[in-house]
Amino acid sequence: MILNIAKRELRSMFLSPLAWTVLAVTQLILCWIFFSQLDVFFSIQKELTSLPNAPGVTDLVTAPLLEIASVMLLMISPLLTMRLISEERRNGTLTLLLSSPISIREIVLGKFLGITLFYLILIAMISLMPLSLMMGTELDLGKLASGLLGLLLLLCAFAAAGLFLSSLTANPGVAAISTFGLLLLLWILERSGDAGSTGSIFTYLSLTHHITPLLRGIVNTTDLAYFALFIITFLLLTIRQMDAERLQG
Amino acid sequence: MSLITVNNLVRYYGHQRAVDDISFTLKTGDILGFLGPNGAGKSTTMKMLSGNLAPNEGEIYICNFDLLDQPKQAKSEIGYLPEQPPLYKEMTVDEYLAYCAQLHNIEKQLISDAIKLAKTRCGLMETGRRLIGNLSKGYQQRVGIAQAIIHSPKIIILDEPTVGLDPNQIHEIRDLIVELGKEHGIILCTHILPEVEAVCNRVQIINKGKLVYDANMDDLLATQAKGLHEITLLHPPSIEQLYGTAEINKVEQLNKNTFMVHTTNRTAEDIVHAAVANNWGLIKVIPHERTLEQIFVDLTLGDEKLSEAKP
Repeated sequence: MILNIAKRELRSMFLSPLAWTVLAVTQLILCWIFFSQLDVFFSIQKELTSLPNAPGVTDLVTAPLLEIASVMLLMISPLLTMRLISEERRNGTLTLLLSSPISIREIVLGKFLGITLFYLILIAMISLMPLSLMMGTELDLGKLASGLLGLLLLLCAFAAAGLFLSSLTANPGVAAISTFGLLLLLWILERSGDAGSTGSIFTYLSLTHHITPLLRGIVNTTDLAYFALFIITFLLLTIRQMDAERLQG
Repeated sequence: MSLITVNNLVRYYGHQRAVDDISFTLKTGDILGFLGPNGAGKSTTMKMLSGNLAPNEGEIYICNFDLLDQPKQAKSEIGYLPEQPPLYKEMTVDEYLAYCAQLHNIEKQLISDAIKLAKTRCGLMETGRRLIGNLSKGYQQRVGIAQAIIHSPKIIILDEPTVGLDPNQIHEIRDLIVELGKEHGIILCTHILPEVEAVCNRVQIINKGKLVYDANMDDLLATQAKGLHEITLLHPPSIEQLYGTAEINKVEQLNKNTFMVHTTNRTAEDIVHAAVANNWGLIKVIPHERTLEQIFVDLTLGDEKLSEAKP
């Protein structure tokens, strides 16, 4: 049942031009970044060979590519998640789901899975760029895998937060702006207050603090746990919110 | 067997009691017309029956499943068409109905048959591959009904199904409802009274959240035929004479030849007999029925006048 809802969600995304536009625009811009990073790499390649323990192509091309991808998707993700529940509410189609023999948990998980599948496609397309380098050189596949995992977790976190804010309103615009605001706040949190001191609660809550190591190839259980908790919290909040709505009308 | 049993249903919106202590049952073969003025609590009740809204108090049993404790079993016996049909405009009719069938756990190999049957019943055979968003309002409404019957539920709840349709389509939908009523229990929620008279065999009227009328259509028709008649006579007798015949207990003279007569228990036939026997020269008799409309107006407006009269 979760899968049926997810499949429909994915289909409807590709039936509108939105998904195609998102894929095209991210691909175009990241391609540009990719080539310019490659250019930089080529220009300093000679000096690198003389250095002991020099950073490789994975560090100099892939990691920056994924970092820029994550910032871009911070801006794009709210546009994809805004309609998840709010549009169904506005069009009255939420009634169809609520009067079918499905639990609210299944509806929420189905929606989340649907958007996650879309993000998997997006990440697969982004990963083709670094993978194409394998034709000419050797990649640190471990670092690349860590970076892609990080990007996926980050996008799932964006999706969970977006899903929750979409469940609060019938207006997709409101959902988009508030999601963007929340994500941006969590993104810049590390820079505020006592910048850099790792013990601070702001630093701990900040998305950047947890994503940067992953994108650079350092897999840390604290960071994984942070994302898992982040996602679960927002999914539970969404389920609660939809349940409460049935009670309060 | 009763398909729906509702006990003492209460629902608040803030402090307002939108639905106030409603109880009723629905049996197989019932086509129940659920009537009420705007804002009376019709749609709220339907939302609660379909599981979209939780009641504050009371119980709902759907085919003996408690809607609150066993929502999945209960909901799979209900087909619900809300006021605004829940349609995904970017899907084709076939895709949409297939999705609805999946939501209702219809087995994969049975889905295409279910879609075919629902489409045939709703007159959608030609439109399967068209986008729902491009269909006319009438056809969208039909898709909405198809969605409600795709899993052949025991109970079908239709909330104003003929709004926005042209007269031909209204006729077709009504025929469809009667047809469906043979196998399913149906609740038809509307404020179009002729529609109820045309298709329903039971009527309930709700006003300000309270159930104020509940009767079988047959009983309603039986009481209608008696009571008030307007008669025009060429040789009218004196009013005293009129009082003496056919249990007439009240006469109003409208003009020289026309009278409004009230009887307790007599039909038009008795009055005609009396008029012929006494050679009054009857030229016209119009039974003034206490129609559904009148009952509706009495029950829903009378109350308002009372409350307006209070300071």
